[in-house]
Amino acid sequence: MGILISRDSRVLVQGITGRDGSFHTKSMKEYGTNIVAGVTPGRGGNKVDDIPVFNTVSEAVEKTGADVSVIFVPSGFASDAIYEAADSNISVIVAITEGIPVLDMVSIMRFIEGKDCRLIGPNCPGLITPAECKVGILPSAIFKKGNIGVVSRSGTLTYEIVSHITRAGFGQSTALGIGGDPVIGTRFVDLLELFRNDPETEAVVLIGEIGGSDEETAADYIKETDYPLPVFSFIAGKTAPEGKRMGHAGAIISGGSGTASGKIEALEDAGVRIAEIPSDIGKFLKEEFDGA
Amino acid sequence: MKIHEYQAKEIFVKAGIPVSNEGVATTPEEADRIAEKIGLPVVIKAQVHVGGRGKAGGVKIAKTRDEVREIASQILGMDIKGLKVKKVLVGEVVDIEKEIYLGVVTDRDSNRPVIMVSSEGGIDIEEVAKKTPEKIHRLQVDPAYGLLTHQAMKLAFSLFDDIKIVSATASILRKLYIAYVDSDASLAEINPFVLTKNGELYALDAKIVLDDNGLFRHPDLEKLRELTPEEEIEQEAKEKGLSYISLNGNIGCIVNGAGLAMTTMDVINHFGGVPANFLDVGGSSDPQKVKDALHFILLDKQVKSIWLNIFGGITRCDDIATGLVEAVSELKINLPIVVRLIGTNEEKGKRILDESRLDIYSVETMEEGAKVAIKVAGGGE
Repeated sequence: MGILISRDSRVLVQGITGRDGSFHTKSMKEYGTNIVAGVTPGRGGNKVDDIPVFNTVSEAVEKTGADVSVIFVPSGFASDAIYEAADSNISVIVAITEGIPVLDMVSIMRFIEGKDCRLIGPNCPGLITPAECKVGILPSAIFKKGNIGVVSRSGTLTYEIVSHITRAGFGQSTALGIGGDPVIGTRFVDLLELFRNDPETEAVVLIGEIGGSDEETAADYIKETDYPLPVFSFIAGKTAPEGKRMGHAGAIISGGSGTASGKIEALEDAGVRIAEIPSDIGKFLKEEFDGA
Repeated sequence: MKIHEYQAKEIFVKAGIPVSNEGVATTPEEADRIAEKIGLPVVIKAQVHVGGRGKAGGVKIAKTRDEVREIASQILGMDIKGLKVKKVLVGEVVDIEKEIYLGVVTDRDSNRPVIMVSSEGGIDIEEVAKKTPEKIHRLQVDPAYGLLTHQAMKLAFSLFDDIKIVSATASILRKLYIAYVDSDASLAEINPFVLTKNGELYALDAKIVLDDNGLFRHPDLEKLRELTPEEEIEQEAKEKGLSYISLNGNIGCIVNGAGLAMTTMDVINHFGGVPANFLDVGGSSDPQKVKDALHFILLDKQVKSIWLNIFGGITRCDDIATGLVEAVSELKINLPIVVRLIGTNEEKGKRILDESRLDIYSVETMEEGAKVAIKVAGGGE
């Protein structure tokens, strides 16, 4: 179980013949992900790791029944790759690519409106339902099957916190990075909703960072809907200076908004316990579930 | 990326938005020649990438040719919030009847461009939003259709009564939206947009912020990039695939991933230390990047210890270790180095470090790394 992906997912890799695409296809396949097809225009008819490659997404979907697509296409071409996946009845699109223009994302979000299709990312590490399916670039070894839902705006910070969760003796139902850009396909609130309806998820760890107001929106949602699961959170960027973009395009404090303290205050007000440092998350889970 | 007022106005002029008569000068003599052409009095405005230049004395009116030269030489070379003024805009002084705010911004909550207009022009829109939010009118634009005429008209009717002026303003709003889309901006703003006593409409000031991700399709706009000495180092790092920001502390950090890099700074602070920088080596695995990163850390003479905090995913620990070993011998680094390597190819990476017999502090966790880095830098608790 878990959310969005499972052992039944039929995964397509867009940009499968590229450097990153081929490397991570191998890693996903080793993890047990059911990769049914790849797409690289002009390379149709070839195979990568025994996986058939097609020229177009629609052909790949028609021939293999793919329903999840992961995009490794370079930034100049990635926008169209997302449109193409959405146009071909893919239900979960995971865009790993970094550097997609924000106004392209604005148009893409308009395009997928009303379609039965969910976009994760862009500029994200993807997602994993441990012991079932991995779609993206996350390091497999740190994950363990379990009941903690993990959602994050970051990549490696997710790994850091997941390793604390696993070390504390807990596993993950599904863990995912939603991306560090200003306009992204899926936000904290969407995932809180999905985790709430997943019978396997017993608690949610929400990893936020400075910039935007997604954490505040999540706090409102938790408060207003009387969220039934315990939520724990860590917010990165408490010491970041104002006006500087900290790596992620979305991670910037401007005009006093988007600060870590504002987010922490909103989440605490909604009853979310905030970790001072990443290892606190492991301690919180032990206290919650083991009475430690 | 920020661009100057006069550069934003060039984009507006191309889009068909009326701009008052003006020119750019880098010397008092040039300013004088422009004033001669335009006619006195003129307004002289500093061109810098920060707000609040008016309060800092960077905007003044000159009534005589002598005053033009005097004021221009005063403003040129002036320091506004740490930035040197190298250019001034010399423009005609217009008789203002009404000042308006017009803006387009990408709204990350709705995933839509949002048009904002307000009858309270000429002051900071954030101020208006705080004090009199009812005076701001907003409209979400459907990117599939752009800003439609009746939508622009409705916004313009909230500003003016005269139908001629309303129509002209609506037309300018639509051009502003097109300029924003065509330049891949994240913000395009006219503040103030003025109605003169003669009934003319002008963009008196202009601000455009460009989306860095979109610049690859606008080489002409990329050329407008102007950097402060601090930003030059950041830009140089960016060209090497590193995201680097210099801060005030003494612990040099090298981390993979932006979120983890921010957290590394936070954890150092948590234990009483101060980071010297934010540095994200990015997601790829290239020993050269570690060398480049160390090069930037060493430029900062305040650094007393170096901490590599790597959680391997795409990044492989053995590549990081190889880069570190090579860099230490090439760059002759004498500072204490703390290393935490975990994740993909961790064992291989640790073996490379062991075999190199480098004098480093190897740590297992982030907390331990922060404590050791603070201690060997000679600070903290």
